[in-house]
Amino acid sequence: MKTYQIPVSNTWWLKKKSYFFFVIREMTSLFVAGYCLFLLVFISKAAESQQAYTELLVSLKSPVSILLHLIFLAFILYHAITWFNLTPKIMVLHIGEEKIPDGLIAVSIYIGWLAVSLIILWIIFGG
Amino acid sequence: MAQSKEPVIWMLFSAGGMISAMVFPVLLLITGFLLPFELAGDGTFERIHVALKHPLIKLILFFVISLPFFHWAHRFRFTLVDIGLKHVSLMITVCCYGGAILGSILTIIVLWNI
Amino acid sequence: MSESIELEIFRYCPEKDAEPLFKSYQVPFREDWVVLDAINYIKDELDGTLSYRWSCRMGVCGSCGMMVNGEPKLTCSAFLRDYSSGKIRVEPLQGFPVLRDLVSQMDDFINKLTKVKPYILRNENGEKQVEEGEYLQSPAQLAKYKQYTLCINCMLCYSACPIYALDSEFVGPAAIALAQRYNMDSRDQGRKQRQEVIAGHEGIWQCTFVGECSVVCPKNVDPAAAIQRAKVSSTMDFFKGIITLGSKE
Repeated sequence: MKTYQIPVSNTWWLKKKSYFFFVIREMTSLFVAGYCLFLLVFISKAAESQQAYTELLVSLKSPVSILLHLIFLAFILYHAITWFNLTPKIMVLHIGEEKIPDGLIAVSIYIGWLAVSLIILWIIFGG
Repeated sequence: MAQSKEPVIWMLFSAGGMISAMVFPVLLLITGFLLPFELAGDGTFERIHVALKHPLIKLILFFVISLPFFHWAHRFRFTLVDIGLKHVSLMITVCCYGGAILGSILTIIVLWNI
Repeated sequence: MSESIELEIFRYCPEKDAEPLFKSYQVPFREDWVVLDAINYIKDELDGTLSYRWSCRMGVCGSCGMMVNGEPKLTCSAFLRDYSSGKIRVEPLQGFPVLRDLVSQMDDFINKLTKVKPYILRNENGEKQVEEGEYLQSPAQLAKYKQYTLCINCMLCYSACPIYALDSEFVGPAAIALAQRYNMDSRDQGRKQRQEVIAGHEGIWQCTFVGECSVVCPKNVDPAAAIQRAKVSSTMDFFKGIITLGSKE
């Protein structure tokens, strides 16, 4: 039977808003990996000497560093928020017949996120 | 054998995703703004410097950095294939997971030399 | 005469056309009409050669799925009044070969549906005799999989899925959701048999959780969630397998 194959172009992700934001979400992984590399630099400087660490902090005050941090923060926040919002879909819990609403699970995860962030701030800066 | 390997890769991807989502935003605030501009007090060098020498901290840092590398590898690999690079998908797979392995080795080297 | 609306319809006649083309038709605009009503009007009054599938016209049979202005929709549930641009483009479902006009070839989906064994499977000695009565199930056990029973096999999810569009080997949202419907059914014992298809290379692991399948599903089956849960359970199986292997030695 002769059939017609509707062609799919490589720019499929530009055709619909939801597809575009999906690709953006996936591309946040680049910024995750980039920040991992930065963390390695930060750790080596902080472990090296007071001078190396201070020099690093000075360079982090530059406009380039601030801009990069803002860009990375934006993309990694997008990763975090989309990740937390999707987690209730994976963690489905029932109490008897009732399914625990997605919103409730998401709220718990966000509270956990806040808690982890506060703990890290406490570890770095102290009580 | 792809059937038996996938769960492991997916677990690494998941763990890396959860860790980077939970921990990286606050770290970005810290390294980008709080520390350079001393917005939360100064004198943290001693705390960080001493903490980094602790083996438990090193172990935690290993996972906090290497697992997100694997998160990137898995996600980036699928995205590149979907954007139209299907014909070189084997090379992409090797480069991505290879990159994550290299990143992990680099992490071990950095943490070892502290 | 009251207003009219333009429908741009994908036409393909394999006997005559090398390539498909779009034909425009002016259809009366009625507040209560759906796209299917407009297409039926075209067939009845304007162009009897138009081919398309439909049946229940009330959103339960899954026959009338088409792309309406680029979105997979059941044409019996897409109201003309929601398309204020005055022009509606109707195409066959994306991802499937076109047989003629708006009729797509469903074989790939049907094959996959068959492969996931969408029926209760019992172990060799697990089959109850009729005289022993039914398999009992509590409301709580039903609640676990009920959402996945709602699938009407309309294939809108396949049309929305970019992974399926790029690689038709992918098992796809509905087939996996239906496998999960049985895997999570307390009366079923067939999970292992379905794993080869579900957890195979073209199964759940190809899914990158775009999530569009769940967005377009007219029955709120949420196949995307079904797939992710399958990833979790397959991963737990994998590690259980490793642990039990270790304890056997």
